[in-house]
Amino acid sequence: MSAHVRTSYAQSEQLFPSKNAAFWYAVLVAALIAAPYVLESYYLSQLVFVLIYAIVGIAMNVLSGQAGQVSIGHAAFMAIGAYSAAVAEKYGLPLPVYLVLAGGFTGLIGYLVGLPALRLHGIYLAIATLAFAFIVEEIVTRWESVTNGNEGLMLGAPSLFGLKLGAQGFYYLCLGVTVVVILAAINILRSPTGRAFLAIRDSETAARSMGIDTARYKTRAFAISAAFTGLAGVLYAHKLSFISPEMFSLSMSIEFVMIIIIGGVLSLRGAVFGAIFMIIVDPILIVVKDKVPQLTLGAMQGVGLSDQLTDAIQAGVVRVAGAPGLKSLIFGLIIILFIIFEPMGLDGRWARVKSYFRQFPLYRPTSARAQRMFLKSERNR
Amino acid sequence: MLDFVQQVIGGIALGCVYGLIALGFVLIYKATEVVNFAQGEIMMLGAFLSFTFIATLGLNYWFGFLLCVVSMAVLGAAMERLVVRPILGYPQFSIVMATIGLGLVIRSLVGIIWGTDDLRIETPFTGGVIQLGGLVLSQDSLSIIVATALLCAVLYAFFRFTKIGIAMQATSQNMLAAYYMGIPVKRMFSLIWSLSAIVACCAGVLLAPITFIHANLGFLGIKAFPAAVLGGFGSIPGALAGGITIGIVESLSGFYLPEGFKDVAAYIVLLAVLLWRPQGLFGSNALKKV
Repeated sequence: MSAHVRTSYAQSEQLFPSKNAAFWYAVLVAALIAAPYVLESYYLSQLVFVLIYAIVGIAMNVLSGQAGQVSIGHAAFMAIGAYSAAVAEKYGLPLPVYLVLAGGFTGLIGYLVGLPALRLHGIYLAIATLAFAFIVEEIVTRWESVTNGNEGLMLGAPSLFGLKLGAQGFYYLCLGVTVVVILAAINILRSPTGRAFLAIRDSETAARSMGIDTARYKTRAFAISAAFTGLAGVLYAHKLSFISPEMFSLSMSIEFVMIIIIGGVLSLRGAVFGAIFMIIVDPILIVVKDKVPQLTLGAMQGVGLSDQLTDAIQAGVVRVAGAPGLKSLIFGLIIILFIIFEPMGLDGRWARVKSYFRQFPLYRPTSARAQRMFLKSERNR
Repeated sequence: MLDFVQQVIGGIALGCVYGLIALGFVLIYKATEVVNFAQGEIMMLGAFLSFTFIATLGLNYWFGFLLCVVSMAVLGAAMERLVVRPILGYPQFSIVMATIGLGLVIRSLVGIIWGTDDLRIETPFTGGVIQLGGLVLSQDSLSIIVATALLCAVLYAFFRFTKIGIAMQATSQNMLAAYYMGIPVKRMFSLIWSLSAIVACCAGVLLAPITFIHANLGFLGIKAFPAAVLGGFGSIPGALAGGITIGIVESLSGFYLPEGFKDVAAYIVLLAVLLWRPQGLFGSNALKKV
């Protein structure tokens, strides 16, 4: 759906679609700048994680949402960024230097990964990126002279120009990097490069026949995505102060893909929505785990069930609530339910709500229905 | 030399399990163009069901096996109906993630229902060995190889000589055209998912005596991806050949190469094949004509 009617070519290249949008984004940035003075340290900490995941979400969006290349191995790029930071810090490099170096190095690795990806699409690419992630995980574990293997690496407190960054200073660093990444992504996507990405996603054959060098743009998408993820890896490493191989596992890669599935695969704003959702779900899960057994017990007693039946059901509820696999069960259900019922994600929902008010009373739900393609066979792509 | 042959035969047995899981991928892909990333978890579920029927309920091995197969067939159809059918026609990306989500759900439920301990079942082949010259062959391994060969032959004949098999292939090539020709497309999908779940269940039950039945068994499914890719992701004999190749490579690299290479050998082979021959050993290189 088109949110704004454009009457000239120049309008499609504007940074903000309208003055109204510019105003509200300014308000949002002002609120984020004021956040450390309002929020307590726990919420500020969660906000930092949201910013880091937003960067990864934007990286995933550029690669998967815009360029149409699937990746289930982005934890590997996160790991490369994080370990680059840890090693660089050990050699005494200043933060701005190894922030850029880590991003660049990870981008280079992404470019190299993109090369074999040229011949792949869809499921093959997903499998290849999965394999790459496993190989990186194994290298990180075994290469003990550099990474310290499973014992992990400690990082010191981040400092900028000689000043130690406290929680507040680090938050501003993350906010700055996130804003820069978002602006960079916006600029990339409204340039010829971004339009080439869209063309490749929608029909690679058509793109090639119109003269787009699909090989160059695919590897470029991988490099950009990897670089952004590498930056997030640096921030992630400093946020936790300690990194070890099992952090960057398949679970993390799946979480990264969830960011754009939940938030919406087609827009940068969706990446931010997805990041917020992913960070919120953990605390909510912890609260729900504690509350649900109490609620069910109270409900059963209120209804007047027999003590024996109450005890049996309660034991079952407690067992499920305490099971170690509950989080991945919830995540699995979230993935499936979002894909089935909300294929365009939270951003799609947001766009539909706005569309409803803008088009009132002429709005129709079918205007936003997800597209299906029954004719194409991947094998004859 | 004897060590080498011993490792190769052990690798073949393990490779057959990879081949069976890869077979599940290929069956679903061949019929519906969907890659079921939950195939490994479905295999694990089959193994746990076999524990329930054979060890907990004390049923005869073969009868328990049969009950597993029937249960998994029903579950396979249910999974297709609930998860895959609502998103038919969606982009590959969505379907990939939906099956990953399905895998997460299955793994969690298995952990909740059966816990995280290692479990074991007895089979008619447990403990038996056959001496052949200097070789010591485990009956468990041999039973896997024989069962895999039989199952593969049956499936090949099914797709090549039966009307349902041909209908499934037509469905995967063009859903709409197949529908116009009177093929009940949705029923085909349910059938193929049942078939795939049956194959995964066989893999799980066959594997159970060799490795314990535990909550991480599903991760073996990830090793089956290289097997399916190697086989061309559309070829049933290719899946088997790919699985055996991966099994042998893994076995030999575990024996001859430093620690850690065994775990990533399959993925290195995968990347090498994707670079050199992305359609796999048996796949066809069909390019779109404009």
